[in-house]
Amino acid sequence: MSLISELTDREHVFDFLTPAASPVDVRHGPILYMEDVTVSFDGFRAIDELTLTINDGELRCIIGPNGAGKTTMMDIITGKTRPDTGSVWFGSRHNLLTMNEPDIASLGIGRKFQKPTVFEALTVFENLELAMAADKRVFPTLTAKLTGEHRERIDEVLEMTGLQELRWRTAGVLSHGQKQWLEIGMLLMQRPRLLLVDEPVAGMTEQEMERTAELLTSLAGKQSVVVVEHDMGFVRSLARTVTVLHQGSVLAEGSMDEVSKDPKVVEVYLGEGI
Amino acid sequence: MWLTQPLNEKSTRLFLGLLGAALALVTILHLVFPQGHPMHMSIYTVSLMGKYLSYALLAVAVDLVWGYLGMLSLGHGAFFAIGGYAMGMYLMRQIGTRGEYGHPVLPDFMVFLNWDSLPWYWYGFDMAWFAFAMVLIAPAALAMVFGYLAFRSRVTGVYLSIMTQALTFALMLAFYRNEMGFGGNNGFTDFKDLLGFSLSTDATRLGLFIATGVALAIGYVICRGIVLSKLGRVSIATRDAEARTRFLGYRVERVQLFVFTVSAMLAGVAGALYVPQAGIINPNQFSPIFSIEVVLWVALGGRATLYGAVIGALVVNYAKSVFTGIMPEAWLFALGALFVLVTVFLPQGLAGVLAKLRGKGSDDEKDLTEKEAAA
Amino acid sequence: MSIRRWLEPILIVCLLIWPCMAASAEADGQALLTELAEAPASGKAAAITAIAESGDPRARHWLQAFADNKLSRMDDSGRFVVVLENRGRDWTVEDALTGEAIGEVSRRNLNRVRINNSLRSRIGNILGLLDLKVDDPAKRREAARELRGEVDAVMAESVESLMESAEDEDVRDYLAEALAIHRVQRGDVSAIDTLRGSLSSEARSALNKAASSDDPELASAASEALTSIEQLLKINNAAETLYFGLSLGSVLALAAVGLAITFGVMGVINMAHGELIMLGAYSAWGMQQLLPGQPGLALVLAVPVGFMVSASAGIVIERSIIQFLKGRPLETLLATFGVSLILQQLVRTVISPLNRTVVTPEWMSGSLMINEALSLTFNRLYILGFALAVFAALLLVMRRTRLGLEVRAVTQNRAMARSMGIRATRVDIMTFALGSGVAGLAGVALSQITNVGPNLGQNYIVDSFMVVVFGGVGNLLGTLVAGLSLGTINQLLEPWAGAVLAKVMVLVFIILFIQKRPRGLFPQKGRAAEG
Repeated sequence: MSLISELTDREHVFDFLTPAASPVDVRHGPILYMEDVTVSFDGFRAIDELTLTINDGELRCIIGPNGAGKTTMMDIITGKTRPDTGSVWFGSRHNLLTMNEPDIASLGIGRKFQKPTVFEALTVFENLELAMAADKRVFPTLTAKLTGEHRERIDEVLEMTGLQELRWRTAGVLSHGQKQWLEIGMLLMQRPRLLLVDEPVAGMTEQEMERTAELLTSLAGKQSVVVVEHDMGFVRSLARTVTVLHQGSVLAEGSMDEVSKDPKVVEVYLGEGI
Repeated sequence: MWLTQPLNEKSTRLFLGLLGAALALVTILHLVFPQGHPMHMSIYTVSLMGKYLSYALLAVAVDLVWGYLGMLSLGHGAFFAIGGYAMGMYLMRQIGTRGEYGHPVLPDFMVFLNWDSLPWYWYGFDMAWFAFAMVLIAPAALAMVFGYLAFRSRVTGVYLSIMTQALTFALMLAFYRNEMGFGGNNGFTDFKDLLGFSLSTDATRLGLFIATGVALAIGYVICRGIVLSKLGRVSIATRDAEARTRFLGYRVERVQLFVFTVSAMLAGVAGALYVPQAGIINPNQFSPIFSIEVVLWVALGGRATLYGAVIGALVVNYAKSVFTGIMPEAWLFALGALFVLVTVFLPQGLAGVLAKLRGKGSDDEKDLTEKEAAA
Repeated sequence: MSIRRWLEPILIVCLLIWPCMAASAEADGQALLTELAEAPASGKAAAITAIAESGDPRARHWLQAFADNKLSRMDDSGRFVVVLENRGRDWTVEDALTGEAIGEVSRRNLNRVRINNSLRSRIGNILGLLDLKVDDPAKRREAARELRGEVDAVMAESVESLMESAEDEDVRDYLAEALAIHRVQRGDVSAIDTLRGSLSSEARSALNKAASSDDPELASAASEALTSIEQLLKINNAAETLYFGLSLGSVLALAAVGLAITFGVMGVINMAHGELIMLGAYSAWGMQQLLPGQPGLALVLAVPVGFMVSASAGIVIERSIIQFLKGRPLETLLATFGVSLILQQLVRTVISPLNRTVVTPEWMSGSLMINEALSLTFNRLYILGFALAVFAALLLVMRRTRLGLEVRAVTQNRAMARSMGIRATRVDIMTFALGSGVAGLAGVALSQITNVGPNLGQNYIVDSFMVVVFGGVGNLLGTLVAGLSLGTINQLLEPWAGAVLAKVMVLVFIILFIQKRPRGLFPQKGRAAEG
């Protein structure tokens, strides 16, 4: 197309008009792709040539004994820890190793910590408000106003997480389980493409666990979810693909039944009653 | 608008009302009652109050970063002093030929040092608008450079406290040097007039007092505006869980830089208002002990309340004036004991005591119930 | 004139060769002094030589008195006297010949034997040569040292013969240098070789003069020698700067290591650390007050006493304040700052707001002379050694004792250590006491190089923090390296930036440094350190 016809074409979209931070490109397969990633602390290899692929819309469970590198793996994906070698791609366009935490977060990766971290001095409502997808630069934040649409979105998440009654309570007074829910709620407010959920049911009652499993299952499809969990009952209830990590690399992958029959896995988990 | 939001708030209105009443009372006591009358307030006392108010503004600035951002700055005295020096440079240029040596351009100390021309960084300070702009720009520039370096590499907690202390210590050493061109040990003094008003008249000094009160009111509203905005909530989030805030997609270091810079500018304004009322500015204003004393005012008044900072600044400085008058040696004992007692027994400060006395929950909770009612 | 010129050397040689032969009769003495007094200005030199040559044991005394304007003749009796006290109208004198005290004599009765400056310097040289023959080897060496640059044609020969007969190697070297300087002054190119490598200012000035002489051969040889000397001087200067830097650094490291311990193990910022140093310095002062006349012993005793005083103060602070502020580092910082104010004011009220002097014992004063251009002061040398010893002891405590093991365990994981049965509270107390005690030791050392006053601590607290930040928290070796390198950097910057600016630059340097390494030179690694 010649320059003139380009200029006269009213429908033409110039390159400089397309947003710079383009959406995640998942046309060519997985949403998260880690290859040959290695991290060591003082010579100890926390992650050892780990290769992992998460497909778009997938719900993946990751299990592994203590020290298998589950948390470190999440640290790498969210930009908290830089690996020594290897590559990490989000979709086929974004190299996560070149980005910092806020960038990665605004790209659509949300993380729930092992220990529930909510802002204890703020109310449940405010916690969700801060998590809401919005322009998070300094001045827009200073002048930000809460619109009706925002309220609706917050109400929606409050309902999903069952925290409607507690919306004006400071987060510090919530029970452990409620904090877990609030944190999941904050993740949902971000409208992430990929959710990283670290031990979501620790300290929950049987009932709460069931609801969490329901919630996570309902999210899959729209969003990709990676769950790291110790509780085998909970993992079984999610009934999806399971990846077993051991000493920083993948030991086995497959359905829960396949994995639990794998002799290598049995050896690692011997006595832990998988 | 985020700035008008605090004006709808009960506590801010109460604060502004009390401040206005205090300004009016002092003015009346000074103007209406004639000299010699038992109710008369001398101009000396009025200026003393003015100095207290500038300290209160400095304390509000410190509370903004310490209370809401969790950064214990032990170097805010530096921003205060820089604002003061910017004002001092303007006042020095206003002296003109009335100095000891009668040099039309050079301040006395430069003549004394045998300098033959004005250093480049003194240019422009003969113009009020330039000097007043510098009162804001110079502290802001320092805060931005320091903050950019510190927050970028995630220096927080006690490390940041130590670095801010080192910052003000280094500046103090530098300003003690004659070669710096800021009057060395003696700093600036013997000011004559400000914007054409003679600093020795009662009217000018009363005007300065009122101006300081107004600046405190504006500074308070700005801080309260930030605190009430979403950015204020992000600040609190940063204070309590920095990593979490980052994972939510906020650029924590920029939030910190913004709030820190605003705070430094307020401190600079406070310093600029302090200097003409105190009549002197010298490198002692940079001393680490001054900065840490400011933190005590905030701690005593109650952290993360803003009005507590004002109360703390007024109470401690009034006590200091009284104490140093009666028994000067005891003051440092009292100050030291205050540091210990406040941190160990009064972590919420006087504001916490007030809240407890009223039998209500924390201020924030009350605000929220209001918000809920409004929603 | 010309006669004296060739006579004099001979006379001096005689003087030196037959030192003990002269008979000391009163009459001879009287005659010699009369000659000195009555000779015209031009003849006085000969009279001086005659006195020196006489071998009279009192000759030295007379010449010295003459040079000092103290030799006089009484108008009435003609007796020669030495003035002892010349204040007021009547002067106290003694007989020059018999040494008998005469008492006070009217000033008008005294007629001073006149002297001029050229005679005075001649006497100085003659006295120097006389000193070369005294019994005390140290004095001989000193005399030889002083001769450099003073040798003139008259003395050269006698100096040469003395040099050949000298047994002491140092004396011989000094005399050789003195002779070479003399020869270079006279334009002797071959003597320049001897001066190559000499660091004395006299040799340099002789060479400098030679370098600008008309004789091209001499000038080029001299300037070549000068270049090699400059090179040597540069090396020596560098060594000196390094020494100053290391000694300053050892003080910084010593002042900071206590802080590194308490901060590293307990996460506590102790702003009263400077005052604990001050208490140590005051213990040194107090011990010297208790043991007057024994400053050295007092200082040695002050080492354990200072440790105990500061350690006890530390325990009081820990128990009364810090234990209530667990996990609130910023509050701890404020509270301990309050303690520092109280301690300062306490010292001001109880002892004095003024600085106290701590006496430097004899074995710590003076300096170790490496060569002409480099001498190391003993007090700094001792402090350097002391600092290294303290670090070695601390490393031993940390690596080899049960306490050290527990401290390291608590540093790495408090909760885990507690669950393993380590009483963290006890470890806290011991750690704080140890850190405070080390501050006391630093204070004892500091008392030797700085004023002991209430503000002592304030001057070191910011620097100490910088060392801890620079070295990495909780790392003893890091603190040592950081202290030594900061001290050296400071000394390197000082010559061209000035003391204050150098300090400012170091502070700026650290602010920039923690950009690159936020956790110091030797950070603790691993996941534990990240959280």
